Amino acid sequence: MAKLIIEAGRTERQYWRDLWRYRELFAFLAWRDLLIRYKQTAVGVAWAVVRPLLTMLALTLVMLVSKLPGDGHSPIPLFVFCAMLPWQFFSTALSESGTSLITNSNLISKVYFPRLIVPASSVITSFVDFLIAGVFMALLMAVYRFAPPIQVLALPIFMLLTFGASFGVGLWIAALMVKYRDFRFVVPFVVQFGLYAAPVFAMTNRIPERLPAKWTWVHALNPALLDCVNPKFLYSLNPVVGIIDGFRWCLLGGENNLYWPGQLAALAGVVVLIFTGLWYFRKTERSFADII
Amino acid sequence: MSEPIITVEHLSKRYVLGHQVRQGDGLRHALEAMVMAPVKWLKERSVRQQAAHEEFWALKDVSFVVHPGEVVGIIGRNGAGKSTLLKILSRITEPTTGRITIDGRVASLLEVGTGFHQELTGRENIFLNGAILGMSKAEIKRKFDEIVAFSEVEQFLDTPVKRYSSGMYVRLAFAVAAHLEPEILVVDEVLAVGDAAFQKKCLGKIQDVSSHGRTVLFVSHSMPTILRLCQRVILLHKGTVAGDGPADEMTRQYLNSGADRAAERIWDQRDQAPGDAVARLHAVRVKNAQGAVTETIDISEPFAIEVEYWNLQARLKPTVSIHFVNEDGVLLFVSNDFINPHWWSAARRPGLVRATCLVPAHLLAEGQFFILAALCTYNPDQLHALVRDVVSFQTVDQHDLDQVREKYARLWPGAMRPRLDWQVEELEP
Repeated sequence: MAKLIIEAGRTERQYWRDLWRYRELFAFLAWRDLLIRYKQTAVGVAWAVVRPLLTMLALTLVMLVSKLPGDGHSPIPLFVFCAMLPWQFFSTALSESGTSLITNSNLISKVYFPRLIVPASSVITSFVDFLIAGVFMALLMAVYRFAPPIQVLALPIFMLLTFGASFGVGLWIAALMVKYRDFRFVVPFVVQFGLYAAPVFAMTNRIPERLPAKWTWVHALNPALLDCVNPKFLYSLNPVVGIIDGFRWCLLGGENNLYWPGQLAALAGVVVLIFTGLWYFRKTERSFADII
Repeated sequence: MSEPIITVEHLSKRYVLGHQVRQGDGLRHALEAMVMAPVKWLKERSVRQQAAHEEFWALKDVSFVVHPGEVVGIIGRNGAGKSTLLKILSRITEPTTGRITIDGRVASLLEVGTGFHQELTGRENIFLNGAILGMSKAEIKRKFDEIVAFSEVEQFLDTPVKRYSSGMYVRLAFAVAAHLEPEILVVDEVLAVGDAAFQKKCLGKIQDVSSHGRTVLFVSHSMPTILRLCQRVILLHKGTVAGDGPADEMTRQYLNSGADRAAERIWDQRDQAPGDAVARLHAVRVKNAQGAVTETIDISEPFAIEVEYWNLQARLKPTVSIHFVNEDGVLLFVSNDFINPHWWSAARRPGLVRATCLVPAHLLAEGQFFILAALCTYNPDQLHALVRDVVSFQTVDQHDLDQVREKYARLWPGAMRPRLDWQVEELEP
């Protein structure tokens, strides 16, 4: 048995080894979250389907009423649900892992373990919801007799991307929430607003790569703006945009092409989120027990 | 002696109190601080000295070693740093300076049932709690039956623990903890819960653990428990080690330590006195038969414990409860002011109230006594203030003729020394 040394800043060095040692606790926490998620609910796991389904129905209605075209070839419900899949996963993972440290504060202040496993296990729980909703998507496609294109094989890559994005943002929010409970109010707002900022109603492809020439005020401001501002790329800086585009490309195909600069931006964004998230979480983790 | 299993060297832990008080914890305050940063930077030099006062050293330069198989008690008043020490030992929080070297697996029980989830069944909670306490899945499976047998809740294994009685809950929780097999067990007052029979079982388990050559660090307020379990005691006082030695010596030193020894305690500031929106303590005094505040009471004379409190509302009627504790930490008896019929008829209105408990002569033995004063209301049961060792006094026996001991001058054992009536008859010549 190796000697354990406790001193200021020491946990840094043992952290990753500890994380491995506590892998079983990680599994147990994820298992617990899954068990309690739908306890004492009448329809149970069906909620994993009902929530995105109802949102999808509402949004489909909006699209039909306002005569939005979707992507032109796939049924509107599929077009919408395809975006709802990653978005629901992202938003639930975000809110669950965001509050995870607070809801487990009794653990944090009474036992030692690498705190990282708490938000991580919350993301896992949301991932299970995502898988269930995914099965529903498959059913929906079967009902519409809609065969996915060959790119469907690339879907795991985009799932991984979604996973990374939720985990990265979740880490940030979880760590921030320990100190600033303000985020309890920020998160639902982001989740609500984010749905409209994401390309749920329309395709990213429809966004032009240049500002419209008729915007004379832009020209008046600085003619160079027209050349260097790329609205489509700016919009794609939001990693969720790249993820949703990816899902549509994989599942629906057709007009849903990948916009490569956008995809690279999404990938870079996710990597940055994970690394900065880890960095901030690790930095503040030591004081969690003192301030939670 | 063998190699020490725990070595604590110059351990200190600092908490910055001002940070929360002055700056607040919300985002707004952080933004505010960001905007004000340049201004603050200019002021920094003048402020720095003030800031130093806002630090609080929960532990200051604590050093000791523990050898394998030792059962060490850690005692000290509230705020002495016991909990902080345990938290650092169990790695929940980091020390500010100093280091600890531990040569073995540590399991810490800072609370019974950490991580128990109300919605989960007893069975599920055993696994979850075991994992949280550091057991592997295989280990829990192996000991599962033993744990269930120890907890005595077999029939309810598949019931969510939210339907458990508090006794069952505690039994199950302790059962899991008791089956940990660490080299070092760190325990914090978990025995303060559960019924007497179960407490006894728990103590037995801890004794068991130590007899298997494992090391136990045990924090408690209960001196009899400490005396029963530990050979060695570390006495903490305001974050430093005030004593380290044999259990009986240290507990005596603790109970007699001068810091809190006073026959009178007064809180002048109402909003800072112990209590809440219902009632707050104002003063507690020990008075002798002549009505003078004194630390020394003659056991042949009656005396009084006087409690004054502010009743802050007219809805509930607070009652004063005082506990008499002797120097071994044994609770001798409890008395409440509602024993007085006037308590029931008195009007419920805010104001300052004085309740005096009259203790008859010839009740207590010689020794040091500590009073715990509490304010509570019943129906619903609520505790509004509780102060341990609020006042203390010593009783003396003047060796006069009229005493219990008559002319016997040597040690007279017993925590109480009431003068009881005797009948003596000669049955046969």
